[in-house]
Amino acid sequence: MDSRARALALVAGFLVLGLVPVVAALTLQPFYLDLFRRIMIFAIAAVSLDLILGFGGMVSFGHAAYLGIGAYAVAIPAFYGIDNGIVQWTLALGLSGLAALVIGAVSLRTSGVSFIMITLAFAQMLYYLGISINAWGADDGMRLARRSQFGPVIDLANPYVFYYVVFGLLVLLLWLGHRLIHARFGMVIRAARSNEPRMQAVGFATFRYKLAAFAIAGAVCGLAGALLANQTEYLTPSFMHWTRSGDIMVMVILGGMGTLFGPVLGAVAFLLLEDLLSAWTVHWQVVLGPLLVLVVLYARRGLYGLLPGGVPHG
Amino acid sequence: MAEPLLAVRGLRKRFGGLVATDGVDLEVAAGETLAIIGPNGAGKTTLIGQLSGDLRPDAGTITFAGDDVTALPAATRSHLGLARSFQITSIFRDFTALDNVALAVQAHAGHSFRFWRPARAEARVREPARAILEQVGLAARADVVAGTLAHGEQRQLEIAMALATRPRLLLLDEPVAGMGLDESQRMVQLLRALRGRHTIVLVEHDMDVVWASADRISVLVYGRVIATGAPEAIRLNAEVRRAYLGEEVPA
Repeated sequence: MDSRARALALVAGFLVLGLVPVVAALTLQPFYLDLFRRIMIFAIAAVSLDLILGFGGMVSFGHAAYLGIGAYAVAIPAFYGIDNGIVQWTLALGLSGLAALVIGAVSLRTSGVSFIMITLAFAQMLYYLGISINAWGADDGMRLARRSQFGPVIDLANPYVFYYVVFGLLVLLLWLGHRLIHARFGMVIRAARSNEPRMQAVGFATFRYKLAAFAIAGAVCGLAGALLANQTEYLTPSFMHWTRSGDIMVMVILGGMGTLFGPVLGAVAFLLLEDLLSAWTVHWQVVLGPLLVLVVLYARRGLYGLLPGGVPHG
Repeated sequence: MAEPLLAVRGLRKRFGGLVATDGVDLEVAAGETLAIIGPNGAGKTTLIGQLSGDLRPDAGTITFAGDDVTALPAATRSHLGLARSFQITSIFRDFTALDNVALAVQAHAGHSFRFWRPARAEARVREPARAILEQVGLAARADVVAGTLAHGEQRQLEIAMALATRPRLLLLDEPVAGMGLDESQRMVQLLRALRGRHTIVLVEHDMDVVWASADRISVLVYGRVIATGAPEAIRLNAEVRRAYLGEEVPA
């Protein structure tokens, strides 16, 4: 019964997200369309991080790297006149997944603090690479002349169409994620977080499963990067800056690690707070900080854990 | 002895200045239960760790069913038929007892790069897991979160997970460690039931368990096997009594 209450709360939440464009149109406040589209894009990034951080126990502190790769995978082809969305987004998924495969293959040989530091170092390397390539804008970044093109029906230049594309991708991701974490693969990465030596003792070569999860998370975050480039219509290397990795991690922790919907709640809470409080003070993180401490101390599984129905196990 | 299932030759492992395994030779025949006893710090768990693949020896060879497994990782050895239980309970605490065993079955039922079908609905994995819980006496506790099981039940679950990999050799590291009298009697019964049906290497402190379960006993002291033999011979061996059983032997 409690789990039904939670399901109801989540469905209500998604109805609200789905109705944002209607409200924005009726109140003539297109700003909300923009804000919630941005929130959903970061929700996609946060869900992808939670797959490895919350479910897999891999504390990657360089997740923004894939956000950047995905954004560049849109902006660089666009710069050379290729604005076909299928090409750009496929590149975003493929290249960020490939980068995650390489970074993971090295980083996953370590654990604990070393793992955090190595993932951070890789992301910073890409950040400085972005800064140093003059042809692609260096630290000024690149403007996106046109959003990704998907033919006349799916026209991302229309803010409402773009909104529902992002909304649809988020819902699709959550559905696929739900299948994945309960399938064999999900059981393996969750159990490896719980007790990796035990997994190896019963016969799992855990490395390859963790690496696959790492690459999938990178690819999904790359898609979020492609969406973000379309959202802002420009990109700078700061997409990959370590503070951005930190933001995504805060969203996951705030919303609830190891839950599917927690990172979505975290992205909503983080970016709404940023929006509301930064109008009031530039030091808005003065409020975010203590809030995060309270959530970590008192709410197991973050904001998601505060929903009716308690915390599921496993 | 016919070709032994497990043969250990000249095994050495040192941690800094401490020689934990100092030239161990062992043979285990298919079907027998070999108990390894020895005082605290004799290197029993270190030896088990090297047999299971969790620790890499500095020298020596481990041959299992004719294959040299010395350099193979634990997961690969599991697929060759080596299974271990841990002295310090090692289970998936957030998962149910049935999940714990099902994961061990899953590891040996094809690959797990499957992203779609719910694993908990897979009869091929769940049914054998249930049967093994039944076998170790945990059937009624299948849906209990493993971390909340009683200590003795967690020890039984350890054995269940090892059995679920359908091993040819079971490495049991102090299965009755920390158990009360009732629990430990139940474990001895379980060990008796496994004896003969499985080949077992049993590390144990509790001599009652050892006398009740072992076909042969090896005595490990300071990383060396000082004696190997039938339980009666070990009981009467003067060196063993001095080194381990703690008795003054009359001259």
